[in-house]
Amino acid sequence: MIWEWLIKSLVLILSLTTGFAYVTLMERVVLARIQVRIGPNRAGPRGILQPIADAIKLIFKEELIPTNADKFMFIVAPVITVIPALVVSAVVPWGPTLTIGNFSTPMGLADINVGVLYIMAITSISVYGITLAGWSSNNKYATLGGLRATAQMISYELALGLAFVGPVMLAGSLSINSIVEAQKTLPFILLQPVAFVIYFTASLAEINRAPFDMPEAEQELTAGYHVEYSGMKFALFFMAEYIKMITVAIIGSSLFLGGYQGPFVDQYPLLGFVYLFLKAFLWLFVIIWIRATLPRIRYDRLMALGWKVLFPIALANVLVTAVVLVLIGG
Amino acid sequence: MTIQILVFLILAAIAIGTAVGMLVSRNAIYAVLFLVSNFITVAVLYLLLGAPFISLAQVTVYAGAIMVLFLFVIMLLGGEKLPVAAGWGKQRWAIIGVAVVVLVEAGLLLVLKGDMSLMLIESAMDAGPASIGMTLFTKYALPFELTSVILLSALVGAIVLTKQDKP
Repeated sequence: MIWEWLIKSLVLILSLTTGFAYVTLMERVVLARIQVRIGPNRAGPRGILQPIADAIKLIFKEELIPTNADKFMFIVAPVITVIPALVVSAVVPWGPTLTIGNFSTPMGLADINVGVLYIMAITSISVYGITLAGWSSNNKYATLGGLRATAQMISYELALGLAFVGPVMLAGSLSINSIVEAQKTLPFILLQPVAFVIYFTASLAEINRAPFDMPEAEQELTAGYHVEYSGMKFALFFMAEYIKMITVAIIGSSLFLGGYQGPFVDQYPLLGFVYLFLKAFLWLFVIIWIRATLPRIRYDRLMALGWKVLFPIALANVLVTAVVLVLIGG
Repeated sequence: MTIQILVFLILAAIAIGTAVGMLVSRNAIYAVLFLVSNFITVAVLYLLLGAPFISLAQVTVYAGAIMVLFLFVIMLLGGEKLPVAAGWGKQRWAIIGVAVVVLVEAGLLLVLKGDMSLMLIESAMDAGPASIGMTLFTKYALPFELTSVILLSALVGAIVLTKQDKP
């Protein structure tokens, strides 16, 4: 059924890109409220058309390419950044099997038996876009931002991967569908609180969000790896960053908060979509809240936190979980 | 099956093309990226053979972790631009010899092992994560643990070699 796949892919990509547009609005509104400002309120009622206005503005901006930039890489880098962000959530289920008349289909794009590994693989190659953007701009701030991003992302990937192992061991499967189904009675956040905290912290570092947004620190690097970018190419980086936020929220909700599981989801499969949306919404709100609250941490502290705190704790968590699982015969 | 062979031929062409590109590229960053594309193409080949676990492990470990480190070191040291090609020099005969041996071996393999479609069928077995894990930790437990010890000793060795004495 190639049409089924096409429609599902289209739904996924369109929801992610629309989600990106409205997460930017959400971030601006929430930040404004926390800082006792009003926030965007001009375009449409309560600023609801603001993302569209931003998009139109960005389309008409001039595209600048620095003279000494590596032109091919400079143009390709934003694309390399966006594509992993768009495809990584393909393995996450949106709900149980949907049945309309005689036609029934699982809600979700792909249920593969190595789903968690797929997520790891895509996150591990998503660092290239940022690194190459920094390098190809031929600008020292951009290069420094790209280097920082690389170092940070490969450091936190380890802790992130080990945080995945907790839910995987509890569910006994690498498939995200099985992990979500295993949380029917109890979400894994209660069984794996340590892994949850590690996932949350490491994922913030992985997507370069505050308080780990060193690669784009305005004060020291002007804007980091995307300082030379303008117009739609800049918009692509922006899009990648926000889509990564949504993806982290969706994957985290599926691994620890029970994904689409919730009351009455068996009777009404479409409710699964709503539950997943609400959980992801809550997650995004917390990410924005943290950005508004916490200051950026120093770079050496960031590395020390990743290697000397999160990584050993994650390793110990895996060990303890495995021993307990063997003892209780899970 | 014909579509599978067609896809295989296209992927093989890409894999060879990127490998050659890596060799002839005069810019180290582009060489790294050619190698990354090569690894990803090979990963897709594994996927075609029905081995998703190996395929994604290949992407995570090689295309993701190791090549990012390569890129990082090249960018950090600023060694992107290689000097102009210096010719093959004394290595010429060695290079030609190795190339001839490899080509002859590949030709012999094709002639002796029959057609490619047979190889595709034989490899399409169950290669899910569970069966790979069971095999690794039962049948191949000793080689597996030995490999990990060797890797650990390499790690410790690298740290000892680069560690400077306190002034």
